[in-house]
Amino acid sequence: MTDLVIEARNLSKVYKMGSQEVHALRGLSTTVARGEVVAIMGPSGSGKSTLMNIIGCLDRPTSGDYILDGESVGQLGDDQLATIRNRKVGFIFQSFNLLSRTTALGNVELPMRYAGVNSRTRRERAVAALEAVGLKDRLHHRPNELSGGQQQRVAIARALVNDPAMLLADEPTGNLDSKSGKEVLEMLLNLNRDRGTTLVIVTHDPKVAERTQRVIRIQDGVVAEEGEL
Amino acid sequence: MNLWASVVEALESLSHNKLRSGLTILGIVIGVAAVIAMVSVGRGAQSTITDSIQGIGTNLLFVFRGGSEDVRNPKPLTLEDAAAIADPFQAPSVSGVAPVLQGSARVVYGSEATNTQITGVTPDYAVVRNYNVSEGEFINESHMLGQASVAVIGTEVANNLFGRKEGVTGETIRIEGQPFRVIGLLESKGGSAFSNQDDIVIIPLATAQERLLRRNPSNRVDLILVQAITAGEVNQASGEVADILRSRHRTEVGLDDFTILSQQDFLATASTITNVLTIFLGGVAAISLLVGGIGIMNIMLVSVTERTREIGLRKALGAHKSDILIQFLTESSVLSMIGGIIGIILGWLIAFAVGKVAAANNAAINPSISVDIVLLATVFSTAVGLFFGLYPANRAANLQPVEALRYE
Repeated sequence: MTDLVIEARNLSKVYKMGSQEVHALRGLSTTVARGEVVAIMGPSGSGKSTLMNIIGCLDRPTSGDYILDGESVGQLGDDQLATIRNRKVGFIFQSFNLLSRTTALGNVELPMRYAGVNSRTRRERAVAALEAVGLKDRLHHRPNELSGGQQQRVAIARALVNDPAMLLADEPTGNLDSKSGKEVLEMLLNLNRDRGTTLVIVTHDPKVAERTQRVIRIQDGVVAEEGEL
Repeated sequence: MNLWASVVEALESLSHNKLRSGLTILGIVIGVAAVIAMVSVGRGAQSTITDSIQGIGTNLLFVFRGGSEDVRNPKPLTLEDAAAIADPFQAPSVSGVAPVLQGSARVVYGSEATNTQITGVTPDYAVVRNYNVSEGEFINESHMLGQASVAVIGTEVANNLFGRKEGVTGETIRIEGQPFRVIGLLESKGGSAFSNQDDIVIIPLATAQERLLRRNPSNRVDLILVQAITAGEVNQASGEVADILRSRHRTEVGLDDFTILSQQDFLATASTITNVLTIFLGGVAAISLLVGGIGIMNIMLVSVTERTREIGLRKALGAHKSDILIQFLTESSVLSMIGGIIGIILGWLIAFAVGKVAAANNAAINPSISVDIVLLATVFSTAVGLFFGLYPANRAANLQPVEALRYE
């Protein structure tokens, strides 16, 4: 049996919009093995974002099981989910989502603050993470003093500091020009190669998808197609 | 996260929007300053009034004509009543008695004139009222016997008539046109909330009866001051005086035609009034503090809305509800605490200024800023910050990360 990071079984998600019920996921099942690089693709309205939110423990499925890194997290409470996100998921957003008032270092330290890491260790690990993404000389810059590519690298450093079970990247290159987009993607793939980090990339960019090992296509709330591109 | 780190972070976040934070703090500053200033001035006024009542004399009883409204034809107080009260066998708890005639009159020296209170007294008055002369002498028995045209004046009168507060004995002044020789100058007692105790002209009671303040019958007096031997015997003395007057005036039981008030009665009345005043002023000020608190709530709500994405991100990165709650509560408490500290300083300055202005207008109010009111204001303003910060902070803490991250 392979070592699974993500095991989703029969996930469904129903939103209530007024009196109408919207079925975003209809019994979706999928798995991601440790060390895999997977792309999740699908047109808008397919349930792709909903799946990503559930995989990232930002949201709970209405029914079905979700096992992340060996822990069943489908029906945990808000604070328990927060702890799981903090320890097991590294988020990389399309729009970077850095705190604008805080330096690169402060941003990278943030997840460790919520993990209760003491300030010296925090500082050391944040510096190391920023060095790893090639921003050693930008430690005390604020996001508005950094380029888009640099901001996304800060976000990658932030996603890595708590040593998560997987990185969940939502359109990581969507807000970047092609050159820095490529750099960021290479950096993510290098992380997978060098450290064996599990990588889940939500995207609709075929150029990004073709660099992954496997693509999961979502349509109408279920997996429509799974396999190499 | 430790407390200090959260405070530092709150300060950073507040300094990001300086004008808004400043205006919010201003609301608290005004509230706290108002509470401190009002209560301090109120207490200052209270102690001034208390002091001035105590400054009238010690262990005093004031006996007036007239009792309850049911009494018809109250008999006037007379010199004989005063003499009877002074009898140590009838009133063993009484150490001094001073019958008084009072009226206002025009006093002239050269081209200077002033309207002041003329008080006709016996020599005992100086003892009973704690008056001392800074120069010359007080009224004595021979002035009484001779119905002498002599006067002892207060420093305020001396200043008005002679333009100086010393070296006035031997001068002749005219009271209602009649010449009086100044034989003494009273030591200053300072102004009081009621009347200026230095704005006074004292003449022998016999002289007043005969020439200035004629009453009908001629032995009538306006007021009898009675001094008890000790503070503990004030009530006893009051009973003795009442018994003497009842038997002399042959009043019916329960229908006294005179009223006896002690200094304690005045003090109690005065402190009731000033307490109500202080509470009223403090209450009005507290309302402005409340308004300041609502200002905090308003700003925090705006801040939570503005930072929805930030909250979503923090939650995505693993912040618990309590982390977010503490973050926003710290911000609102820091706002109100800074406001509280500035408000205490400002309130103290206002109280100080009010004291100065009052002193310049001859009504000495020493605003007393006590530790308890400072503590109260600090605790109260922080509590206001916490209370009004609670709702916005709770709202922030309960945001769902998915929706918060999607918020534009």
